[in-house]
Amino acid sequence: MNFRLRIWRQPNAKSPGKLVDYEVRDISPNTSFLEMLDILNENLLRGGEEPIAFDSDCREGICGTCSLTINGEAHGPDHPGAVCELYMRKFRDDATITVEPFRVGAFPVVKDLVIDRSALDRIVQAGGFISARAGSAPEANSIPVPKHDADLAMEAAACIGCGACAAACPNGSAMLFTSAKVSHLALLPQGHPERESRVLKMVQVMDAEGFGNCTNTYECEAVCPAEISASFIAKLNREYARAQFRQRIGE
Amino acid sequence: MFVSDFDIRNSKLLPSVGDIENPEYRISTHMIGTLDPKIPPGPLAQKWRSHRDHLRLVSPNNRRKAEIIVVGSGLAGGSAAATLGELGYRVKCFCFQDSPRRAHSIAAQGGINAAKNYQNDGDSVYRLFYDTIKGGDFRSREANVYRLAEIANNIIDQCVAQGVPFAREYSGYLANRSFGGAQVSRTFYARGQTGQQLLLGCYQALCRQIAAGTVRMFPQTEMLDLVITDGQAKGIITRSLLSGKIDRHAADAVVLATGGYGNVYYLSTNARGSNVTAPYRAYKRGALFANPSFTQIHPTCIPVSGEHQSKLTLMSESLRNDGRVWVPTRKEDREKAPGEIPEADRDYYLERKYPAYGNLSPRDISSRAAKEVCDEGRGVGPGGRGVYLDFADAIKRLGEGTIRERYGNLFEVYEKITGEDAYKVPMRIYPAVHYTMGGLWVDYDLMSNVPGLFVIGEANFSDHGANRLGASALMQGLADGYFILPNTLPNYLVGQMGKRPSPDSSEFREGEEAVRGRIEKLLSASGTRSLDSFHRELGLLLWDKCGMSRSEKGLREALRKIPELREQFWRDVRVPGDDEDFNQSLERAGRVADFLEFAELMCMDALDRDESAGAHFREEHQTPDGEALRDDENHAAVFAWEFQGDDKPPKLHREPLHFETVHLAQRSYK
Repeated sequence: MNFRLRIWRQPNAKSPGKLVDYEVRDISPNTSFLEMLDILNENLLRGGEEPIAFDSDCREGICGTCSLTINGEAHGPDHPGAVCELYMRKFRDDATITVEPFRVGAFPVVKDLVIDRSALDRIVQAGGFISARAGSAPEANSIPVPKHDADLAMEAAACIGCGACAAACPNGSAMLFTSAKVSHLALLPQGHPERESRVLKMVQVMDAEGFGNCTNTYECEAVCPAEISASFIAKLNREYARAQFRQRIGE
Repeated sequence: MFVSDFDIRNSKLLPSVGDIENPEYRISTHMIGTLDPKIPPGPLAQKWRSHRDHLRLVSPNNRRKAEIIVVGSGLAGGSAAATLGELGYRVKCFCFQDSPRRAHSIAAQGGINAAKNYQNDGDSVYRLFYDTIKGGDFRSREANVYRLAEIANNIIDQCVAQGVPFAREYSGYLANRSFGGAQVSRTFYARGQTGQQLLLGCYQALCRQIAAGTVRMFPQTEMLDLVITDGQAKGIITRSLLSGKIDRHAADAVVLATGGYGNVYYLSTNARGSNVTAPYRAYKRGALFANPSFTQIHPTCIPVSGEHQSKLTLMSESLRNDGRVWVPTRKEDREKAPGEIPEADRDYYLERKYPAYGNLSPRDISSRAAKEVCDEGRGVGPGGRGVYLDFADAIKRLGEGTIRERYGNLFEVYEKITGEDAYKVPMRIYPAVHYTMGGLWVDYDLMSNVPGLFVIGEANFSDHGANRLGASALMQGLADGYFILPNTLPNYLVGQMGKRPSPDSSEFREGEEAVRGRIEKLLSASGTRSLDSFHRELGLLLWDKCGMSRSEKGLREALRKIPELREQFWRDVRVPGDDEDFNQSLERAGRVADFLEFAELMCMDALDRDESAGAHFREEHQTPDGEALRDDENHAAVFAWEFQGDDKPPKLHREPLHFETVHLAQRSYK
């Protein structure tokens, strides 16, 4: 297969970037999208040009490192799945493909297609944990958790932290990401002692990092590689309101 | 100065054993020393408890004064950094990923073992210990493995308390599944994403410490050298992958938790960034590298589809609970669609050869069996390098819904990569490099021979012998990080307080200069070939000569070719860009250069281990029915290699393995 590529090149955060045209030929349909970029980079290297910087690590859809917008869609056309799980057989032969980084104000471009997502780490640092000291845990089966709750918590916990939700959102909102962590921990009895302070602090940092608000467009859910449901955003709102109310009445 | 003056405790160096006559390649100076693992006295089941009673402690007000470096943020490094921070030490944690949450532990699928015996199926700490020792083909330390089995139960407790959403029964209690090499059901799991959930638990604990200010996190920062002063590990030299800035970090102790080096084979199930650089640099500074050739080849991966391929994807071993492995009985049938091959013409070879364990035979045995049937010309799929993993019977027995619930996400991954629906046609699988049992040598306290240098998780060699059982890697990483290191590291720190050197000292300056020198050398190579082309060539050579089966002839050939390839690399490689910038090619170049040296050490180790054991299968040493044939008399030992200089062969030290509790037997899964 042959493709025309329009790829975002930007030397660093301060310099302006632009789309540059490239071509790749004789690509097997069983090549993954990132392997196709590897091939392009090999060609560039042979021609004395600088390879295109892009991020990836596990290449099996779980580490959340890869972060490309392909033809305007976060992670490309094959949902659900991360870019590293996208194969060239999903494209037409001779197609023109535009490749950009995730476009979010809170994720500045580092170089070409690589972005800085440390804002997501800071949201978790604000309270996305259960303070269980190593050594203090009770016997595991002494805390029964109804299967339904455990399964739902797992659905939320499956988030890979890629930030596609924010990239797809017209408001650049990270509410799907934040709601997944808040819901995972609020659904489990172990998470209850810190339930209120957790949601209040995480939302505060999320706002301070410059992420937008949710206006129910559901774009986040549509591109999420881990299929996190937007209903967790409703749960986040409920948890937030509950925490504020309890704080006001002094509980 | 770095190499010569460490103490290999009680090591008595004796002259050559000479088990390789007339070498055509330079051969190691075969020194036999006795490395002291410092295993505590007393009965096996009491060793850890009584050892802890006697370890020295650091008081809370002194902990604030101690600085500890942890390199790596996976299950081992993340849990160690979080736990040490929680105890009040000042911790610096480094990872090359853009967030500690992305360490490769995240990709572990199947589960984590513990001897809770929730199933009432006869499990116990002793049985988990025994299965692990036997699974490792009797090439690991009894005391370490017993401690691991004991601590496994605490890990499950800790993870549940942190909110890890393990699978549960309708009662609300924890569920289990079976894994290879065990006849009990002791594996805890979170769908097919157990590693992800355990890592996120430990990442969250780490985040809590980062917010509390006890841990300082350095993402996208790579360790490029270890600094030793007065014979003690006291710091590291790092490079920021974002800015290229080289930094010196001094500390009171250094912990390496940098994972495995399976990527030396180019194609493996490891993440693209996984590499050997940190432990290899420590080796070049005097730390011993143990059993470097012990590599786990995982039997259930998606087969290679073409030259473009950048990595291999694992299909969790848990699939073997319900999938049946087979190939056509006759060569002629291998091109036929699987549905056209009647039951009578199928060879369920694992069930046939190993009736007691069947499809749940250990990984090394299952992998070799797959290679064997493919070598016989009965392999399926492109190139004949594949076997079927068939769910038809399980779907008939349990219904598609149950199979979907158990393994749905794995079937989706399979479909994305191959374009095939495994509910309708059997999966095709083939073994792939997955895990490295070898690693830096450590004693019972997880300290290397260089005092102050601790090594945990996959980066050390300690618990899995010659073959790791499924669901044991997560167990070891977390045992080391949450429970062992936080007890043993303070014992070293006592007596070290106030001895932290200044990063301006000559050793740090020399370390930084060495790092800068290597980077300059890489950037000044003005050839034409890409890094990947060298890496791929090295990988193919290793896979062929030092992979699932090894022979003296093949290893000698590899030992001749690797230096040639390395020479070509320095002549012909091209690394674009400069060092003061985000330069992914330069990052990779350093790692490939280290792989090109390290591969040689692997082959030497494989050649010197003149026996078969677990995953290390030497063609010269097999039983009449093709099983690994150990040589307990001569090789029941850990092989630990000491760097002697770039132009000298490394020196081999052996730590004899003493088995006081288990009886050495040929592993039988029949």
